[in-house]
Amino acid sequence: MNDKLFQERIDAEKKIEPKDWMPEDYRKHLIRQISQHAHSEVIGMQPEGNWISRAPSLRAKMILLAKVQDEAGHGLYLYSACETLGISREELVKQLHDGKAKYSSIFNYPTLSWADMGAIGWLVDGAAIVNQVSLQRTSYGPYARGMVKICKEESFHQRQGYEIMAEMAKGTPEQKAMAQDALNRFWWPSIMMFGPQDSDSPRTGNAMKWKIKRQFNDELRQKFIDQTVGQAEVIGLIIPDKDLKWNQQREHYDFGEMDWVEFWSVVNGNGPCNKQRLDHHKKAHDEGKWVRNAAKAYAKKQELVAN
Amino acid sequence: MAENATVWEVFIQSKNGLAHKHAGNVHASDKVMALENARELYTRRNEGSCIWVVKSEYIVSSESEDSEAFFDPSNDKMYRHPTFYTMPKGSKHI
Amino acid sequence: MSNLFTYTLRIADSSLILGQRMAQWCAKGPTLEEDIALSNISLDMFGQANGFYEYAAQLDGTKSVDDLAFLRNEREFFNHQMVEIENGHFGHTITRNFLHDAFNLLFYTKLSESKDETLSALATKSLKEVKYHLRHSTNWLIRLGDGTEDSNEKVQESLEQIWQFTAELFEMDEIDTELLNAGIGVDNTALKAQWDEIVNTTLKKAKLSRPEDAYMATGGKKGMHTEYLGFLLAEMQYLQRAYPDAKW
Repeated sequence: MNDKLFQERIDAEKKIEPKDWMPEDYRKHLIRQISQHAHSEVIGMQPEGNWISRAPSLRAKMILLAKVQDEAGHGLYLYSACETLGISREELVKQLHDGKAKYSSIFNYPTLSWADMGAIGWLVDGAAIVNQVSLQRTSYGPYARGMVKICKEESFHQRQGYEIMAEMAKGTPEQKAMAQDALNRFWWPSIMMFGPQDSDSPRTGNAMKWKIKRQFNDELRQKFIDQTVGQAEVIGLIIPDKDLKWNQQREHYDFGEMDWVEFWSVVNGNGPCNKQRLDHHKKAHDEGKWVRNAAKAYAKKQELVAN
Repeated sequence: MAENATVWEVFIQSKNGLAHKHAGNVHASDKVMALENARELYTRRNEGSCIWVVKSEYIVSSESEDSEAFFDPSNDKMYRHPTFYTMPKGSKHI
Repeated sequence: MSNLFTYTLRIADSSLILGQRMAQWCAKGPTLEEDIALSNISLDMFGQANGFYEYAAQLDGTKSVDDLAFLRNEREFFNHQMVEIENGHFGHTITRNFLHDAFNLLFYTKLSESKDETLSALATKSLKEVKYHLRHSTNWLIRLGDGTEDSNEKVQESLEQIWQFTAELFEMDEIDTELLNAGIGVDNTALKAQWDEIVNTTLKKAKLSRPEDAYMATGGKKGMHTEYLGFLLAEMQYLQRAYPDAKW
């Protein structure tokens, strides 16, 4: 196989499988994207994990825990897909700890009230789902299959978040204020989850050519905004964007300018919780080391007995 | 750096009577843990009635460059398919 | 307060508090796979708590499940003290869970034969989950006990520390006795011999030695607790307490 045959296969919508020849840059791009996605799922457990112990009802507690648990599962599906590209999970985690691999910046914002659980489910998972639905058609087989599984399981995540927001928006004045405050804080970071505008996204070209990405950032962002505006109206919350307006001609909502200085600053490590999130992950990893070593030592002894 | 964990491929039978289907993999240091980890990860939504796990290193795969030699020869053996045969008009249940 | 109500509440409390402790492992497990396993155990415990609280609420007639879980103080909680102690390291949690799971398995086996149909049904459902929990904690205890020198020392120390909380699992008070005589409750004392057998067999496989009984904690079912419970409740109940008029 060579580049030309490879591209023909991509153009014919044939999936690439682990054993197939692929250009080195395709492999690298996938490893970067899938591992970033996996790390996001795993780091994303923390801001919500914060609130499991404080959930206001037994029902809410179980739902939130099940959701955060799903995120661990989705992290594993994605690490598993990434491993098929010839890199170990240990190596991927090392890249995360060394700061070489990134995760979604949205998880570098703090969760300050129960309403934030609503905002994250509704907006952050909502945005993630728009992206993931699109990625179900990505050209790399294991990634596409992972996405199918993840999309199926995530369908409850957004609903549980929206339910929390709806309940709080019609609750006491204090609850409604918390819900609005959560929307205010999470709206823009959610919009920015789709990444930079395509004109500023250096890798989009190859990603689209190789059909790793199936839709442009701006296209997905617009889709998310269009579907979310009405949902906010239904529960009586106000999206914090004074430029948000239905554009009859485009048949889409127009929206305001994103704060790209903040975006790049958080991406590059200068967000409110970047250090905290990474330290938490490293600490858990370090504290688990003796357990992993013990399990390995035990397994070795068992093998000796068996042989 | 610590050595990598052992990787196990997971196959789930969703109901009795159906074939086991590849679901993905898990890391585990021994087979008991592999089975339990597979149960936790792949059957959270009641998807399973039986689980197989096998060390990934024991999976032997055909290579994609061999795919023509492996699979194309069966292409022209249409006589293996029932639609290859012409049945007399009016014949039933065959 | 009827005795059946209190009896049911005690079971629910132990499940809730252990669930809350296990939930604290979320995003902290030694591997991602194990993180999921620990969350699953937590979810099972919350589910069990919910079932028993629903029955308690029904017996009470005025309080909801969440009233029972979120609006009672330390002295009004009747759980085993073993489940409220801090998680410590992974081996500490596994040791605690193993000792409690072994009890739960025997307890629910007996409770599933209760004349009270609701308790019997709840016990039957819980039993399936608890069987898996015991399997999980047993396998890990053996791995850690028979793993490295370091891991063996760690879990042996945990065992010494937690041992004081094992005796109260088998205590009987007047409520237990009355319900036992009515064919509803379990004879906890009678579970001890089998529990000893499970524990001794597993400790042997895990190359751990069984601690001697020294000071043994008592009275969880009467509302006596360690200092840890108050902090756990303060965190768990904060929203319900801070916003008494709110629905969530």
